[in-house]
Amino acid sequence: MIRSRKVTVVASTVLVCSMVSAALLLHKVDQEPPAATLQQMLYISSPKLLKRLSLGYEGLLADIYWTRTVQYFGGTHRRGGGTYKLLWPLLNITTQLDPHLIPAYEFGGTFLLAKPPEGAGDPAKAIELVQYGTQMNPTDWHLFYDLAFIYYDLKDYRHAAQAFLRGSQLPHTHLFLKVMAAQMAQHGDDLETARMMWSETYETTHDKMIKANAAAHLRVIQVDEDVSALEKLVQTYRERTGHFPKTFSEMVSSGFLRGIPLDPLRHPYRLEPGGKVVVTNPDALPFLDKGLPSDYVPSPVPKLTPEN
Amino acid sequence: MNNRILHIATNTFREAVRDRVLYNLIAFALLMSAAAVLVGQISIQIEKLVVINLGLTAVSLFGIVIAIFIGIGLVSKEIDKRTLYTVLSRPVRRWEFIAGKFFGLAGTLVVNTIFMGIGVFAALAYVSHHFESSDFGILVALYFIILQFVVITALALLFSSFSTPIFAAIFAFWLFVIGNFAQDLRTFAAMAHGTTRVLATAAAYLVPNFSALNVISQVAHGEPVPHRLILLNTAYVLVYSAAVLSGAVMIFERRNLK
Repeated sequence: MIRSRKVTVVASTVLVCSMVSAALLLHKVDQEPPAATLQQMLYISSPKLLKRLSLGYEGLLADIYWTRTVQYFGGTHRRGGGTYKLLWPLLNITTQLDPHLIPAYEFGGTFLLAKPPEGAGDPAKAIELVQYGTQMNPTDWHLFYDLAFIYYDLKDYRHAAQAFLRGSQLPHTHLFLKVMAAQMAQHGDDLETARMMWSETYETTHDKMIKANAAAHLRVIQVDEDVSALEKLVQTYRERTGHFPKTFSEMVSSGFLRGIPLDPLRHPYRLEPGGKVVVTNPDALPFLDKGLPSDYVPSPVPKLTPEN
Repeated sequence: MNNRILHIATNTFREAVRDRVLYNLIAFALLMSAAAVLVGQISIQIEKLVVINLGLTAVSLFGIVIAIFIGIGLVSKEIDKRTLYTVLSRPVRRWEFIAGKFFGLAGTLVVNTIFMGIGVFAALAYVSHHFESSDFGILVALYFIILQFVVITALALLFSSFSTPIFAAIFAFWLFVIGNFAQDLRTFAAMAHGTTRVLATAAAYLVPNFSALNVISQVAHGEPVPHRLILLNTAYVLVYSAAVLSGAVMIFERRNLK
């Protein structure tokens, strides 16, 4: 009996010690550099082969691959972007396994389209992916909307208008698509069109990331308008006084402005020599083009998160 | 069903429960709970889809494993334990023994599937907070999964009636794999010529067609399953299982049990 108890005690101790050591060693292995290289590999890259291997359970396999895609994109994004070289193969496998997995087209298109470090910066693949989605799900207007959005982003207003038009002809479609088809055909490149598109996206989506993306674009549109209006005002100031104001306080004291103008995130705008109006915190305003300080160096780490 | 078959079926069911087969429900419950809670945090917009896909795939795979591993031992175990001689010394005919074993295991799997089905709906309720009319397509998928089990049970019993448990398991598993490629086999047969075409066509109709019994992806996307398919699949499984069981009965009738 005593001997048996001894064995039990020794065995339990060995078990606990071994498990703890195994966990610690695994933690060390995870920190080794090759782990990152391994993540950049796909052991089976053929969707057809995977479909066969799934033995009819391809729906679950597609969900697993979609989760893997999200994890891969999120991980690469967090590490500061990069080439996202597995993004397209993962999305291709996911959508071939389950051609009706709509989120894979919606988000996948955005992931592929966004410029590095925010995304893969591969608009051709983004179009290919979403176009495949429209072929596989020809009655889903959301995908035509997404396709139009990609073309719009590429400033290809003719194809954007066509995609909106095709989406607007589907049953149960959103009235907005018809309006956008017309708007795109007429004034594809004006700010009001952009505001309409992003506002509609912001209002209709339930997804945090899409909402954050739409909000960021709406802020950029606002900054774009503010900067144009303020620079016009600075020009008027110069015509009246013969010199550029050094700060906005000068314009306030001479009655050109009621107060220091603020950007959509409530940070004050700043004046640069030569009357250029810039934002004070460009890192908080992803996608910004107009209003960037002259000495601004873009952050290598992506700026867009669901929180901002 | 006559009383003798019913008795054997009830005993087979009891034996399966005593063998702790229903313990797999605990693993299933853990799997579903983990999926329902975790997937929303590691993926985007597919919580409901994962719960349905994972739930139904697990129901199907757990059941197939149970059907194969219990089915292959239904006859051989009785021979090894010499209980078969006691049963057959009573007024029980060999075909009744096979039929009873079949209904007993099929019944176990139906009960198992009902509990797992409840688990799938509970996880779905947790994830989406309400049911849509399309969610009831899950019931059709569960019904088709039960039909799969019926075929697998019959096959396991057939192999169990003449082979050792290991070979019976290998045969049953391979037929399950090949059955999932039944559609491809038919396509191949249509493209082939001469003798190859005849052989491929024969093989395509001989193996069970499991691909038609898998509508998991379809119901996960809320697509309806045609009534005609339900009727045809039911009829197909009844006829196919009857054929396989007849084969098992024929072999078992001629088997020398001394």
